[in-house]
Amino acid sequence: MLALLLRDLRLATRAGGGFGLSLAFFLIVTVLVPFGVGPEGGILARIAPGILWVGALLACLLSLDRIFALDREDGSLDLLATAPIPLEGVVAVKALAHWLTTGLPLTLAAPVLGVLLNLPATGFAWLTLSLLLGTPALSVIGTFGAALTVGLKRGGLLLSLLVLPLYIPTLIFGAEAARRGSEGLATATPLLMLAGITAGAVAILPFASAAAIRVNLR
Amino acid sequence: MSIWEYANPKKFMQTSSRALPWVTGLAVVTLLVGLVWGFFFTPDDFRQGSTVKIIYIHVPSAMMAINAWAMMLVTSLIWLIRRHHVSVLAAKAAAPIGMTMTLIALFTGAIWGQPMWGTWWAWDPRLTSFLILFLFYLGYIALWEAVDDPDTAADLTSVLCLVGSVFALLSRYAVLFWNQGLHQGASLSLDKEEHVADVFAWPLWITMAGFVLLFVTLVLLRTRTEIRSRRLRALEARERMA
Repeated sequence: MLALLLRDLRLATRAGGGFGLSLAFFLIVTVLVPFGVGPEGGILARIAPGILWVGALLACLLSLDRIFALDREDGSLDLLATAPIPLEGVVAVKALAHWLTTGLPLTLAAPVLGVLLNLPATGFAWLTLSLLLGTPALSVIGTFGAALTVGLKRGGLLLSLLVLPLYIPTLIFGAEAARRGSEGLATATPLLMLAGITAGAVAILPFASAAAIRVNLR
Repeated sequence: MSIWEYANPKKFMQTSSRALPWVTGLAVVTLLVGLVWGFFFTPDDFRQGSTVKIIYIHVPSAMMAINAWAMMLVTSLIWLIRRHHVSVLAAKAAAPIGMTMTLIALFTGAIWGQPMWGTWWAWDPRLTSFLILFLFYLGYIALWEAVDDPDTAADLTSVLCLVGSVFALLSRYAVLFWNQGLHQGASLSLDKEEHVADVFAWPLWITMAGFVLLFVTLVLLRTRTEIRSRRLRALEARERMA
């Protein structure tokens, strides 16, 4: 499993792996927002947590169809399915690799982009914490979506339709935690709910993803 | 004699063809009685005037929008456990009906909300969770359309339905939480018994029964269509082989 993780990380970071693409996308989205709503600091500060969360979510979505599609094309997914480690484990490792190459960089980049959006100083820690808790759920849910659509010719668009409704609870609690944090309110409840969603998703969804992959490889 | 006999499509076709005229007739009668009674023989509400009458479409369709998903959840589970082909086809048949019910509920809600709340749309928990339910229906139907092999499609959509149910429930409570302190709750809470006065309650019960029967009728019809089109595909495949 460790070998698989290292392989996925290497593939993602080598040239053409698409690593950094989602970061660039996140930057672009954040830059576009002031053009869309006007550069007034007060408004930007108020919507910054939500915008950063939506931006991170969309950037995460962008890289989802790479999780299984390339392995499917060159046949290594079949090999992984017949490997001695259970398919659920493979899926979990894939999700972890996706989080390490997408969710974690996004989390680290978010405070920097928060400066662009005039995020209040109290909000930085909460934004980072909420993203740190929430992005694993995004990766695991996204892996499930990617597993559902791995056999399809033009799965990318369908993938976003399937995954985005599933992202809604995570987005609500994550953005709420960041918003409350930036306004100096109590953040315990949304953070706990967020952690709960992540824990539940990590516990259950690998099984659903593995089932979907088995169906798709049949 | 067990319920699993109906796993046989032939048996299902026989039974449903016998039941269909009765169910259809009952649906038409109850809908006619309920709607006519509701629209023409109930007084106007003292606060809302005649706009209250949209309740006879809004509430039953909202109820069926949720119940259709619940039915899809059960039939998907039956497919995953027992490989019951009719069951999953019924789930497939129910999805567009449920989606339409959701749309009807959203639209009638908007039409009702405009004069009552002064707005077509509010990010109210109830409204928002219905919009999310609509998105779930869209995804489910799209996945059915996207996969070529019927058994693969059935498996994948069933898994999606299970996961989607969990997240739909989660969204419901997430949305409730999200709105706390931001907006007022629905000023017309329809679930509260005391809100609907007795004059309105009886026709409402009848239209609700009518919508259930209408749903059953449509699901039976569409399931029969699905079974027939699957047979047709099998025949075509055999012809190509020969």
